[in-house]
Amino acid sequence: MIPAVSTIGSSLDFFVVVAIALFSIGCYGVLTRKNMIVLLMCIELMLNSVNLLLVTFSKYYGASDPQIFVFFIVVVAAAEATVGLSILIMAYRSNKSIDIELFNKLKD
Amino acid sequence: MTLQLLAIILGSLTIGSALMVVLSKHPIRSVIYLVITFFFISSLYILMNAEFLAIVNIIVYAGAIMVLFLFVLMLLNLNKQAEPTTSLFSKLTGVLAAGALFSVLIAALKDSLVLGKNYVPSNPNVGLVENLGNLLFSKYVVPFEVSSILFIAAMVGAVLLAKREKQIID
Repeated sequence: MIPAVSTIGSSLDFFVVVAIALFSIGCYGVLTRKNMIVLLMCIELMLNSVNLLLVTFSKYYGASDPQIFVFFIVVVAAAEATVGLSILIMAYRSNKSIDIELFNKLKD
Repeated sequence: MTLQLLAIILGSLTIGSALMVVLSKHPIRSVIYLVITFFFISSLYILMNAEFLAIVNIIVYAGAIMVLFLFVLMLLNLNKQAEPTTSLFSKLTGVLAAGALFSVLIAALKDSLVLGKNYVPSNPNVGLVENLGNLLFSKYVVPFEVSSILFIAAMVGAVLLAKREKQIID
């Protein structure tokens, strides 16, 4: 029915592996980096890996719904980055540093 | 066959630039590498016939969010003080945890990674604007409207949080 022009199908497994690798790299960044901005960027990386996985399975099943979910994830990521960065600016004003360890002060 | 080769090259470049985001010392370099990663992810979307999402990814992520990050980074003017150093122990722990996560996820999905063999070519127009727009404004119209409320809340929150408090003059 549909001519098999698209041979990307055999690469879908590789895309799943790429998504998992991106998620692990983001996880490593969140665990080790102390700079708050880099931390937020690693969270963006993890969100993007999830998007990649959703698009891969959308291609596999030929469904549009996962791509709508990706759209909403992008929306939420934008809102999250905005609020996170303004919290960061507030923390920088009171501490003159964006070291994540400074949030230990919240315990006292 | 060339498409598979292209997919492997672009995927490897994505992983490489994502690694550079985490490993580079200077935050501005991290931002630049993250923008490059987003471009590579968009290229993967194009390979999978998700053209609309590729464009949205470039416009929203590389165009808006990353510029916001860069803007904040330059506003804070951090180049005088050095990046806080991470101890070797925590680096080792991070590598261990991330490697464990990677291998566990791969091991869990090992038997289901047969997408390539079972793949049947489906409708290639799934990712076009027409299809997604029809779906977004019929089935998902309520979440779409709710996301505008989310944006207003985020906007008000950002302004409220980043606003300088009034100086008390006595």
